[in-house]
Amino acid sequence: MEKYDIVIIGGGPAGLGAAIEAKKQGITKVLVIERDIELGGILQQCIHNGFGLHIFNEELTGPEYAQRFIDMAREENIDILLDTIVISISKDKKIKAMNTTGVLNIEAKAIVLAMGCREKTRSSIAIPGDRPAGVFTAGAAQRYINIEGYMVGKKVIVLGAGDIGMIMARRIVLEGGEVLAVLARGSIVKGLTRNIVQCLDHYNIPLLYNHNITKITGKERVESVTVAQTDEKKEVIPGTEKVYECDTVLLSVGLIPENELSRIAGIEIDRKTSGPFVNESMETSIPGIFACGNVVHVHDVVDFVTEESRRAGANAARFVKGEKSESESMNTIVSGGITYCVPHRIRYSAMPDKLDLFMRVENKYDKATIVINNQGNELVRFKKTNLTPGEMIKQSVKKSLFEKAKGDIEITLEVGGSK
Amino acid sequence: MDKNLVCIVCPIGCRLKVTGTADDLNVSGNICKKGIAYAHDEITNPMRMVCTTVKIKGGIHSVIPVKTDKPIPEKYKLEVVKAVNSIELTSPVKMGDIIISNLFETGVNIVAERDM
Ligand SMILES: Cc1cc2nc3c(=O)[nH]c(=O)nc-3n(C[C@H](O)[C@H](O)[C@H](O)COP(=O)(O)OP(=O)(O)OC[C@H]3O[C@@H](n4cnc5c(N)ncnc54)[C@H](O)[C@@H]3O)c2cc1C
Ligand code: SF4
Repeated sequence: MEKYDIVIIGGGPAGLGAAIEAKKQGITKVLVIERDIELGGILQQCIHNGFGLHIFNEELTGPEYAQRFIDMAREENIDILLDTIVISISKDKKIKAMNTTGVLNIEAKAIVLAMGCREKTRSSIAIPGDRPAGVFTAGAAQRYINIEGYMVGKKVIVLGAGDIGMIMARRIVLEGGEVLAVLARGSIVKGLTRNIVQCLDHYNIPLLYNHNITKITGKERVESVTVAQTDEKKEVIPGTEKVYECDTVLLSVGLIPENELSRIAGIEIDRKTSGPFVNESMETSIPGIFACGNVVHVHDVVDFVTEESRRAGANAARFVKGEKSESESMNTIVSGGITYCVPHRIRYSAMPDKLDLFMRVENKYDKATIVINNQGNELVRFKKTNLTPGEMIKQSVKKSLFEKAKGDIEITLEVGGSK
Repeated sequence: MDKNLVCIVCPIGCRLKVTGTADDLNVSGNICKKGIAYAHDEITNPMRMVCTTVKIKGGIHSVIPVKTDKPIPEKYKLEVVKAVNSIELTSPVKMGDIIISNLFETGVNIVAERDM
């Protein structure tokens, strides 16, 4: 059995960030296992710009951002296994992986989970009608066009105004295709406002709020889709149906963290994020197994993934060196319109001087205040403007605030001037 | 003029309010200075970054991503892709290599986004 200090599962930005940081902290035997034939993860297909403003202070494309991390990983002499899929991990940190040479058994002192997320598919949203070719998730279409180099279709409807859907709508127009409409299933767009502007408005692509597809028609290939308006409950308003002739439907209906391996190991999963519960050190419910990036919660900005992964890598290194934290865990409990907070648990003694809390909100709020309480005492409050469900909130908090805290940390939203 | 714009320079996406005339613009709502420059360009001469792919022989994939090395006047955005689609590269290519220089005499180059 091969032995490593730290094994990282997934070679996207999260896995690479964690590996590089662990190496910098003096850990010698670090291995990254990646199932694809190259490193970089999903960034390799995100060829548009907008990455890295926080980390590198310049605007990079996905592949450029990935290349920087791949180059750093090479400089650090990190061991890398490509074209190798991890099929199981256990509580005692034994890893089973597979590639063309057969099954590999690897033992680690610490593991970092960095498997990213996957897209929800047609089956997870149930559209009636035929099952012809020409229905893709937006991410699959992104891979076909940007990596494999062929167009997915000429006349396209995009269901779901997520970032990937809007980015792909623009990409299709640039390649000479036509996008008839992007349908938002509610009155709020999930994606970033800048993507509505730079992907749709700048290319005259119509964005229809409160619309859904009610039927897909076609024998071999998509021939048309029926689109209808929906009410506040997202139910179809009869009589508003309209038929669009098209050959392709892209689905951009959300991402879910990829946690089959975490479940096999018996790691506790948060139902709200679909990722593992983690503490301030990005450690899961199993000591010595850490997680970072989209496997924990879906990020919209890769820079935050990098920050999180550095934290996971540094703490995995500390774990291997035998450094322990003695203080009690406090749970972060959210309410009042905040859907989740990562980390879920905080141990005072293991906190850095400034800890970043990542949160999302349920609704659109023009003005709101995040209030952090402990046992009836207000610890701190932060005024916020223009909160939307599509944009993750990053709030850094000082360690000193929590010096006397015990039990649950309650995080709530006081809404001022809601929507 | 009385215009609402969204600054697209970074993901924060500040909502900008623009008043005044093209020569004497008044911009508010921006968190940083880049928002003012963006509003100026957007009113007088809109510029766009364009990212696309080029065919490549001998690489691990059949296309490689490329981009304009700086924003190009918006009227060229579709022309950029057409120009790039007419060429084919041969591996190896390094990130930052110039694929087409001074496209449409704009001073903008097309560069590779990665090694391949
Ligand atoms: C289709 C799609 C498009 C996106 N577009 C954007 C965008 O335009 N802008 C943006 O900011 N963010 C985008 N994101 C979010 C983006 O994924 C994150 O910003 C960031 O790339 C997440 O990094 P990661 O390392 O956590 O995950 P990933 O980049 O997904 O990397 C995870 C890696 O783990 C590997 N892996 C998974 N399971 C196993 C296993 N069992 N064994 C071995 N290897 C495994 C995968 O092959 C992959 O390489 C997109 C996400 C998706 C899914
Ligand atoms: S004004 Fe500055 S902070 Fe606001 S979106 Fe533009 S670049 Fe970002």
